[in-house]
Amino acid sequence: MDKYVCNVCGYVYDPEEGDPENGVSPGTSFDKIPDDWACPVCGAPKSEFAKEE
Amino acid sequence: MKPVAIKPGVHWVGAVDWDRRNFHGYSRSPMGTTYNAFLIEDEKNTLIDTVEDRFAHKLLCNVAHIMEPAKVDYIVVNHVEPDHSGALPELVKACNPEKVFCSPMGEKAIKEYYGAQDWPIHVVKSGESLSIGKRTLHFLETRMLHWPDSMMTYVAPDKILVSSDGFGQNIASSERFTDEIDQRDLEVQLARYYANIVLPFSSVTLKILDQVAKSGWDIDMIAPDHGLIWRGEGVGYAVEAYRRYALQKPANRAVIFYDTMWRSTEKMAHAIASGLADAGTPVKVMSLKSDHHSDVMAEVFASGAVIAGSATHNNGVLPLVSAMLTYMKGLKPQNKIGAAFGSYGWSGEALKDMTEFMVGMHFEMIEGVRAKNRPGHDQLKACVDLGRRVAQALQAKVAAV
Repeated sequence: MDKYVCNVCGYVYDPEEGDPENGVSPGTSFDKIPDDWACPVCGAPKSEFAKEE
Repeated sequence: MKPVAIKPGVHWVGAVDWDRRNFHGYSRSPMGTTYNAFLIEDEKNTLIDTVEDRFAHKLLCNVAHIMEPAKVDYIVVNHVEPDHSGALPELVKACNPEKVFCSPMGEKAIKEYYGAQDWPIHVVKSGESLSIGKRTLHFLETRMLHWPDSMMTYVAPDKILVSSDGFGQNIASSERFTDEIDQRDLEVQLARYYANIVLPFSSVTLKILDQVAKSGWDIDMIAPDHGLIWRGEGVGYAVEAYRRYALQKPANRAVIFYDTMWRSTEKMAHAIASGLADAGTPVKVMSLKSDHHSDVMAEVFASGAVIAGSATHNNGVLPLVSAMLTYMKGLKPQNKIGAAFGSYGWSGEALKDMTEFMVGMHFEMIEGVRAKNRPGHDQLKACVDLGRRVAQALQAKVAAV
């Protein structure tokens, strides 16, 4: 599963870890995260994320 | 400096750091800086922001000019970076405030920096407001301008936007308002602060400017946490300048930065500059041995074209050039034309390395020039020509915007 990087602050979403603090369990691929989820660091919306190259 | 009433009942109580030349450890601040904090007298006396820890006594002294510190009821923390919150533990101790307000990310940062487990922290989010008596404070989270915890506070009905690090300038002065000082100094320091600190967050900045415009707040004063306060026409100027900065439209101006071993790369730099100037593009040549990376960055920000030069050293670029490129990359400048050049003794990888680096930053690259050992007439001619080509490409780009 691909990792995604926040364009705003550089936070990397790692599907293996998920974001349990904000209701995203480990193993959730980026496209399965709810649309209203935001970057846990800076609050940027999902649309600000790009696939890690 | 003593407190200054910026509006009836609203006092500047910050500290002037006359001696500061190295801002945050990475950027030069030739005019020093200021840590601004504001004390509002109302039913709930409120202090907005503090100062760096070593100036805590100045802040306390300024507060004491207005009221006993124990009479401060609320403290608002717009930003937890230590130059604005370093004095917070001491202030919390002296004031014993009823509540300390901060953003959701601010709460985490305050606890991580200061422990603060027993502080009366109250989290406020964007759009929330707080009555302190005759006045109401409105909060706007400004995440990543320029830390995750950043927020601004609008003071109604005084029409003051306390803007934290937005619209700041590193200036130490006895004056408190931007219209009281030399306007060229102001412009230089405003742009320099943006180029070295706010630039990577330009897309966020544009969104925040829109949010402020949509908020319906009538702003006649912008009070940043560094430097002087904008009032009257200065408010429009500051907002317009930030929009212009954030859009990063290309300007017909170039900067050449370089490092050299035996002056061959330096000769090439001068030849490229000559080509640019001849073709009608003003240019600044900066030796990284003489110019600090943050001074160079201010020129990079102001320039539509950025040309990097390095001799090849141990199959790569010289360390000062490498450092400059890394610093520049972190600040994410947009819409630049780029080029590279340099001399070499045998293998000559510097040109390729610098070019690849700038390609990675999405610069629009013009093919550069290399010279073996000492640039001869033909190579210097090629450098003049490189300057001309960059100028032509830049002028076409500027005209197309």
